[in-house]
Amino acid sequence: MDFAHSFALIAPELLLTGAGLALLMVAAFSGDKAARLVSILAVAALFAAGFMLVPGLHFGTDGPETLAFGGLLRIDSFALFAKALIYLAAIAALIIAPAFFNSAAAGTERGLRAEYPILVVFACVGMSVMVSASDFMSLYLGLELNSLTAYVLAAILRRDLRSGEAGLKYFVLGALASGIILYGMSLLYGFTGSTSFTGVRAGLEGELELGAMFGLIFVMAGLAFKISAVPFHMWTPDVYEGAPTPVTAFFATAPKVAGVALTARVVFEVFGGQVLAWQQIVMFAALASIVFGALGAIGQENLKRLLAYSSINNIGFILLGLAVANEAGAAAMLVYLFIYVAMSIGSFVALLMLRGEDGALFETFADIRGLSLTQPAIAWALLLFMFSLAGIPPLLGFYSKFVIFQATVEAGLVAFGAIAIAASVIGAFYYIKFVKVMFFDEPAGVVTGKSGAAHWALLALTALIISPLGYLLTPSLTDLAAKAAGALFLAV
Amino acid sequence: MEGLPILSTMMLVPMAGAAICLFSPAALARWTALGATLVTFALGLVLWSNYDIGGAQWQFTERAELFAGFSYALGIDGIALLLIMLSVFLMPICILASWEAITKRVGEYMAAFLFMEVLMIGTFAAQDIFLFYVFFEAGLIPMYLIIGVWGGDNRIYASYKFFLYTLIGSVLMLIAMFWMVAEAGTSDIPTLMQYEFPPAAQTWLWLAFFASFAVKVPMWPLHTWLPDAHVQAPTAGSVILAGVLLKLGGYGFIRFSLPMFPEASAQFAWLVFTLSMIAVVYTSLVALVQADMKKLIAYSSVAHMAIVTVGLFAFNVQGLEGAMIVMLSHGLVSGALFLCVGVIYDRLHTREIARYGGLAINMPYYALFFLLFTMASIGLPGTSGFVGEFLSLAGIYQTSTLVALVSTTGIILGAAYMLYLYRRAAFGDQKNADAAAMKDISPREWAMMVPIAAVVLWMGVYPESFLAPMRADIAALDARIATAAPASDSNPMMGTPREHAANALEHTASHEEGAH
Repeated sequence: MDFAHSFALIAPELLLTGAGLALLMVAAFSGDKAARLVSILAVAALFAAGFMLVPGLHFGTDGPETLAFGGLLRIDSFALFAKALIYLAAIAALIIAPAFFNSAAAGTERGLRAEYPILVVFACVGMSVMVSASDFMSLYLGLELNSLTAYVLAAILRRDLRSGEAGLKYFVLGALASGIILYGMSLLYGFTGSTSFTGVRAGLEGELELGAMFGLIFVMAGLAFKISAVPFHMWTPDVYEGAPTPVTAFFATAPKVAGVALTARVVFEVFGGQVLAWQQIVMFAALASIVFGALGAIGQENLKRLLAYSSINNIGFILLGLAVANEAGAAAMLVYLFIYVAMSIGSFVALLMLRGEDGALFETFADIRGLSLTQPAIAWALLLFMFSLAGIPPLLGFYSKFVIFQATVEAGLVAFGAIAIAASVIGAFYYIKFVKVMFFDEPAGVVTGKSGAAHWALLALTALIISPLGYLLTPSLTDLAAKAAGALFLAV
Repeated sequence: MEGLPILSTMMLVPMAGAAICLFSPAALARWTALGATLVTFALGLVLWSNYDIGGAQWQFTERAELFAGFSYALGIDGIALLLIMLSVFLMPICILASWEAITKRVGEYMAAFLFMEVLMIGTFAAQDIFLFYVFFEAGLIPMYLIIGVWGGDNRIYASYKFFLYTLIGSVLMLIAMFWMVAEAGTSDIPTLMQYEFPPAAQTWLWLAFFASFAVKVPMWPLHTWLPDAHVQAPTAGSVILAGVLLKLGGYGFIRFSLPMFPEASAQFAWLVFTLSMIAVVYTSLVALVQADMKKLIAYSSVAHMAIVTVGLFAFNVQGLEGAMIVMLSHGLVSGALFLCVGVIYDRLHTREIARYGGLAINMPYYALFFLLFTMASIGLPGTSGFVGEFLSLAGIYQTSTLVALVSTTGIILGAAYMLYLYRRAAFGDQKNADAAAMKDISPREWAMMVPIAAVVLWMGVYPESFLAPMRADIAALDARIATAAPASDSNPMMGTPREHAANALEHTASHEEGAH
């Protein structure tokens, strides 16, 4: 085993771990005074880690030389693509945080805490391990590192009841999901005698035994929990609503990417020989997520809750790409993930800009009535995000649905695609409600607060990406996604 | 004009105008919008004058591989040319119609209209099936805003209904497009138009496209969004809806359904005929009892568009040409009628027919234009309506006597409701003092009415100008679908030939004998 090679492969994770530990020391000795410095350094570390991914992403890496530590990790293009998205989302979550925590929005606990950026960095390490796992042991380690930091992040406003409730709920249900995955893993281990993806795959050849089938279903159910796919989505609206908004923005993006990438790895690398066994599960979860995500959103008054349902709805479309069970579907799924991350960050940044005079946040429909008259820039940006989430061209959200449905139809799943796309119209209903409230109603006039340059910059950047100009990105995006999906299937 | 990508330029000008309008105060936005639309119209005239009749089928083609999955490919044939001309012609008039009527958020309003113009040109010019879809579907955004922000009292219901109805129809078409592209291996529209899809698949593909276009046209019973959207939209919004957006459905049939799925089109001709016959009679009767002017004209649109669908599925040259001319004519005439309603609505702020009366006394010029457009809507010879309806009905008569018979009653009922409307609004006593005090049309309104009136008469008197550019394309389409044409139920019987001509003289023979 060539440790030097393995360490070279996980250099970004090493950098992040080192940075996280060092920043922890800084935070421990200088307290929250250093929060800003810690934030900046964390962003720098994430940037540096992201920069390390560029050559591999550009030239594409796959094959046996991507295996690290004797097959525990597989740092191929697929992992790099997911990691790049995760780091970008984490950077956004760090940039938008100070303005939130340093204002009245944070309630009685005003002030950014130095732990916040450190927890985000550790979550990123966990997610990096998740997306490059090629053994159930490393999978579980990554998953838990990410989950444990996420529970703390959800409850980071200790004296805020909703935040505490969100953290507790997330913890209880997340622990349950982890338990289910662990149980599934132990069943698979029992029936195949291995924890490595290739070993389990080899052991599952031929007819699937009942116990192994249970193992498969448990693992899939646990993963569905983590990505909040229906029917394991119940925790999402509560956690999203309760958690501080920058944390919600983080939850809606980075862990989703990691969870989806992990799910893709598991279904293709472990259960790749048993497509029929899991394809129906994924198909059901996809359709159910699209429909229930959309139906659940219709009655919501709280914008964060609504975006939680919207993320469930989007997971449905992402799973659609997974259900196709081929390389094109996986590539489409990755393109969708990129666009989804841009749209989600944009929407949450816009929500963070709905501030009152004292800086307190507004988060219901009643507050954004007539926003187009009082805050036209935010309103127009939200309009773009909502139409984009609804998949209306010429915004980039259409392209994400375009690639997914193209892959679905090309794989011959025409009826499945037709049902899913018809169900997507239900989703359009609540997205256009956003526009209706902001543009057609009389102004409520409560959103009067000013937002910082960081928010404006992120809003402008994400709006630019999802605008029709974003289509110019599609050739390179498709190229990267194709390389990543190719690496995933080469690993099989 | 060699080398200038004129179609892209025509889209770029309103796009730039929209960007300026979005950030300008009201007055500047109005002038910018007018300027941009007039420049686009001028470019349209250049386009038409450079269009080589009898030349290549696809002209002014542009192609750039900008996106993954589909290409930026533009190009027009005669059919697209005329519909683009219709769009760019109506646009400056729409801006003028909104000059004084729109007072709030003028910049955004003008930007929405200019963006709409970009999308309409793009839809007609797109040569890539997915590019077409992008333009086709994107129109939802500005139209949703136009109805919702600047519409009437019940605008929110109308805007939702418009958006969701149209979206449901379109998404199924998208699935069909994916299937076609996967099957044919290209998303290039001219290639797809020549591709032979398996007949069994055509059935499903046709139905998916039909779901979208039938909502857009709209065909009974999917038309219910239209009266709501028309009534609630501001005047210019109604003009664009009736004038151009409804034509997208007809254009869809002529560009996709017919040439790509000829067998399925023949197979489902009965469906189109049945729905169209119901539409012609039913919506005309509904129009007859409307108390709201805009609603009346909206229902008449459904009836007229049914004549279009009947003509399209007649499977012969007359029917296709007639359908195209009805589309152009209806675009002008219903647009003009909505403008006429807008003129008096701006003065009295009601669309209730009963509130008006005797307008011919205090607004003689207005009454003149209103009469002209009423007559054109009825299809009076000498106006554009006659040419289109005559050709369509002549075309369908060759395919089905029954359909021709029922559709023609629509013309009679059309005369009934339009004349009834005109009598109540323009003739009779001046019942209301405020209606009697209204001033005749202003120079701005003259500028809106005169061009439309001129084109309506031009198309009615010399339709050759409009038939010539599309003749070759219609002939090509006819040749493509001719083999699939459904059996005709018109059975012209050969009568027993007469022994003599009718004017033969009985005694000719004996007379000749006498000469000997």
